[in-house]
Parts: sequence; C-alpha cells; structure tokens
Amino acid sequence: MTSAATTYARTRTNAPVGRRVGRAIGRRFLPVFTALAIGYLLIPIVVMILFSFNDYQGKFNFIWNGFTLKAWEAPLAWPGLPEALKLSLTIAALSTLFATLLGTMIGLALTRYSFRGRGLINGLIFLPMASPEIVLGASLLTLFINISLGAGITPPGLGFLPKTALSLGFTTILIAHIMFNISYVVVTVKARLSGFDRRLEEAAMDLGANEWMTFWKVTFPLIFPGILAAALLAFSLSIDDFVITNFVSGTSLTFPMWVYSVIRNALPAQINVIGSAIFLVAVGGVALATLIQGRAPRLAR
Amino acid sequence: MTAVVVVTTPPRPSLLRRVARLAPYILLTPGLLWLLYFFIWPLAQMTLMSLSSGTLDSGFHVTGTLKSFSDALTKFGTQWGNSLIFGGTSTILDFLIGFPVAYTIAFKGGRYKNLLLFMVIAPFFTSFLIRTISWQILLGDEGPVLAFLKHTLGILPVDFSILYSPVAVVSGLTYNFLPFMILPMYVALEKIDFRLLEAAGDLYGSSWQTFRRVTFPLALPGVFAGTILTFIPAMGDYVNAELLGSPKTRMIGNVIQGRFMQSTDYPSASALSLLLMLGILVAVAIYARALGTEELTG
Repeated sequence: MTSAATTYARTRTNAPVGRRVGRAIGRRFLPVFTALAIGYLLIPIVVMILFSFNDYQGKFNFIWNGFTLKAWEAPLAWPGLPEALKLSLTIAALSTLFATLLGTMIGLALTRYSFRGRGLINGLIFLPMASPEIVLGASLLTLFINISLGAGITPPGLGFLPKTALSLGFTTILIAHIMFNISYVVVTVKARLSGFDRRLEEAAMDLGANEWMTFWKVTFPLIFPGILAAALLAFSLSIDDFVITNFVSGTSLTFPMWVYSVIRNALPAQINVIGSAIFLVAVGGVALATLIQGRAPRLAR
Repeated sequence: MTAVVVVTTPPRPSLLRRVARLAPYILLTPGLLWLLYFFIWPLAQMTLMSLSSGTLDSGFHVTGTLKSFSDALTKFGTQWGNSLIFGGTSTILDFLIGFPVAYTIAFKGGRYKNLLLFMVIAPFFTSFLIRTISWQILLGDEGPVLAFLKHTLGILPVDFSILYSPVAVVSGLTYNFLPFMILPMYVALEKIDFRLLEAAGDLYGSSWQTFRRVTFPLALPGVFAGTILTFIPAMGDYVNAELLGSPKTRMIGNVIQGRFMQSTDYPSASALSLLLMLGILVAVAIYARALGTEELTG
C-alpha cells in the first residue's frame, strides 16, 4: 500500500505526459470499454429472452407488444418443431459419443506414444478446423451425391453399402457431425493431457498394476475432466450446427434447419423459447460444474 | 529404476504387453480413417468435380476442363469483393474491440475474471441462427435501436434503415465471431509473466513502451490465433449476408450455397469452394510469415 502510494506520488509529480495518459486509459477507459463490449455480446441474448415473452401480433415476432407467457406455456406448439428438436438431440448425443471416443483415442496416442508421421496427423486434425464450414459441407455433399449417382471414386469399403445407405438424411448428418467434432475433441483432450504427470502412472506400475489397471485407475480419472469438457463442446457444436447440416441434411430438419425453414414465413416466439431454454440449461450446467469443481469454465477452448 | 522394472515384469511378454506395443496404431486408426473418408476423400472428390462438366441429369464427367475455375474467378468479382471486405472489416473491428477486452480481463479482471470470461462465451450457449435473428430484431426499421433514435430522440429521419445493408452484415459478422477473437488473445495475455512487465517498468519503460515492446509482442500468438479464427468463418459465412443483407451484399458463401442447393451446378460450386479454401490457406500462410509466428500454427 505504502509503495503504491509512493509510486503514485512520484508519477504525479514528475511522470511524463505519456505515462499519465497511459494510466488514465488503464483506470477509466479500459473498464468502461470492456463493460460496453460485454454489453454488446449480451444484448442479442437479452433480446432473445425478452422476445420469448412478447405478445406479438401477426406471424412475425419483431416488434414488442406487451408481456405474455403464451409461448412458454406451449413451447412446442408449431408444426415440425418437436420432431426437429428430437432429431437435433439424437444427432448431438450420438455424434458426441462417437466423436469423443474417437477423438480421445487420437489425443491419447498423440500425447503418450512416439511414432512416425506425427506432424502429418497433427495437420490432418488441424485442417478441418481451419477450413471454412461451407467447404466441409459442400465437399461432403459432393461425396454423398457421387455415391448416390454411382459417379466419382467411392472410398474403399463404402461401395459395399447399398446405394441408399448414404442418401441425404439422418446418417449423413451424423457422419458430418462426427467428422467436424473429432478435431475439437482431440485438441481439448490434448490440452488436458499435456500437463499430465507421467510419474503417477510409473508409480502405479511400480506398485504392480498392469497397463490396463493403470489406465482405468490412474490415467482415466485424471483426464476425465478434459474428456467431459470435450464432450460438452462437441454436444454444443453439434446441436448448434447449421452451415454443414444445411448441405447434407436433404429433407431432414434439425432444430437450426427447422428455424431456418420457418423464418421465411413466420417468426414464432417458440424459437425464442427453445433458444432461451437451451441457454438457461447450458448456463445452469456450467454454473453447476463451476460450483462443483471450483474452477473456471473452459468449455470454449 | 531399471532394476525395479525387471523385478516386477514377468519374463515372458504377456499378450497385454504385445497389444500395448500396437496401442498407438489401434488408438489412431478409427478416428483417422473417419477423417480420411469424410474429410480428405470429399475434398478429393470435390477437386475432381471442379474439373468435370455435365448436369445432374446427364451425370458429371471428369473432362479436365478449367472452365469452372475461370468462371469462378471472373464472374463473381462482386461477391469475392464482398467476402473480402465484409470478412476483413469485421475481423479488424473484432480485433479493435477484442484486444482491450482481453487485456482488461487478463490484467484487471481480479476476482471477476471467470465471470467476465463466462460473459464473453455466453453467446456460444445460444444458437448462431437465433443470435443472428436477434440482430434482425435489433436492427429492424422499427426495432428498439432505430425506433428510439427516430421517434423518441428524433435525430434520425423516419425512413432511415440499417437492415439489409452492408453495415448490418458487417455488424452481424463482427458480433458472431467476436468471442473467437477474445478467447485466444486472453489466453496469450494471461500467460504473460507479470515480472517481465515490472522489469520493463523498473527499466524506466513508460506504460506505453511496456505495452508496445513487451506485452504486445508476447500476445502475438494469441492475436494470430484470434484473427484467423475470426477471419476464416467470417470470410466463408453466408448466413449473416442472407438474413441481414440484400442481394447486393451477397458473399461468396451465398454463391456456393446457391449453386449447390438451388441450381445444382456442382462443378462451378466445387471450383468456388476450392478457391475459397485455397485463398484462405494462402492468406493465413502469408499472415503467419508476416507476423513471424509460423511455428505456432502446427
């Protein structure tokens, strides 16, 4: 406190103008600017929640007209909405399961074994995340169209499938979601594993445990938070994906696809209700996880 | 150490041990095969498609023609320009907004650090589409912002409009990808050893000098990651241009989407997608070289 006071006194008397301007920026400008920026980030969420209570006239929920609980009392009351929500949840659950499994396995292999071609594999993991989503969706669509037309070169093994097995719909959406989720899982799990103390495993082995026991009793419990974070990230990416799904879904509608198809003709408040509900569940989940673990939410990494 | 291992290891390698030797390959194979089949293979197919001609009815045949590529480069100047300008502008705006925010949270967040970070990623907990629809509501001609400025304050003409203009598209893009900019920069800033900044101060560096010569260079990897994470999706986006823009603000993503979904002109759509991806990769490589952070991308 005293030293801070003296520093302050010193800068007051003979600091150059630049330093005083710098300090003013640090004290006043930055906090205000940050508050405004965070407000900017939160405004659309506030609008979403607010307009879920809007007693709007006509088909479009665009202009505020008074408070009502109508939409919250019938959150699924719009043709196609329950089916779309169910499809989204199913795809999200399945793609999370598979992507987390496949991605965690790659993450484990990359952090604990040395082998040739590691750089190539890292590149292969990185590339889907660095590609625009539209390119991922469009190229998958090209593959699926070629398979159904019997054109192009079918990847080895897929030729044995009946032609309709990969016609656009549930299966192709699931394939796409697993594909784009794998990289994110690998990166998240790797981040957790990189700080891993290998001596703990050596200690378990020294105490007579074999690889299998060591993995399940020592390694897995320690990396579990990383796997859980990866799974949550995968789930949220899947349930929210629009761009890639739009290419490979055919006539199937996931929730975002359904929203997209509806908003040309109407903007029901149910969209806001479901959006708000997902938001509240996610926020509640994170708050709970933070309370339990007592650490920062790091889902978005 | 070695002695301990010898004592506890059975003399004959067990089945488990032999499997363990193959472990990395067993672990890698399924996931990598998935990426090979559903990421690399489609890209290869798309390359072939871009060199094909034909229609959906007559079928597409690889003829080696480069017509799709020359069309892609010559016919869509406006849309390429829009992508570059809107994507670039929103990336720059995101940097200008995001850096002070990341800096403030990392250095002045104190015990509110986690709460502030949480508010930064809060938009991720809502759907990308719904957020964009919220912007439609916000920017609407009679929406909360314009109605207030027009009727309550009366400082804007009644027919003033933002929605369906380039400004609306850029503001949507800027909004949607801002967290991607803030998070990596925050991570880089947060890692900085505070003693380095104190040392700079002790050596009579002003706060501006300390920032310019110490803090900012150390944050560069985060700046690099943040800008590419923002620029790539913004450049390839078509949802913001579709919901917040007009036919005049169509970006290259809208063209690709339209050619694939409506006109089924797959060869030219494939050529456009490949050029978009290539363009972005080249831009990222040049940018990495300029920033001198090549080793940080791998």
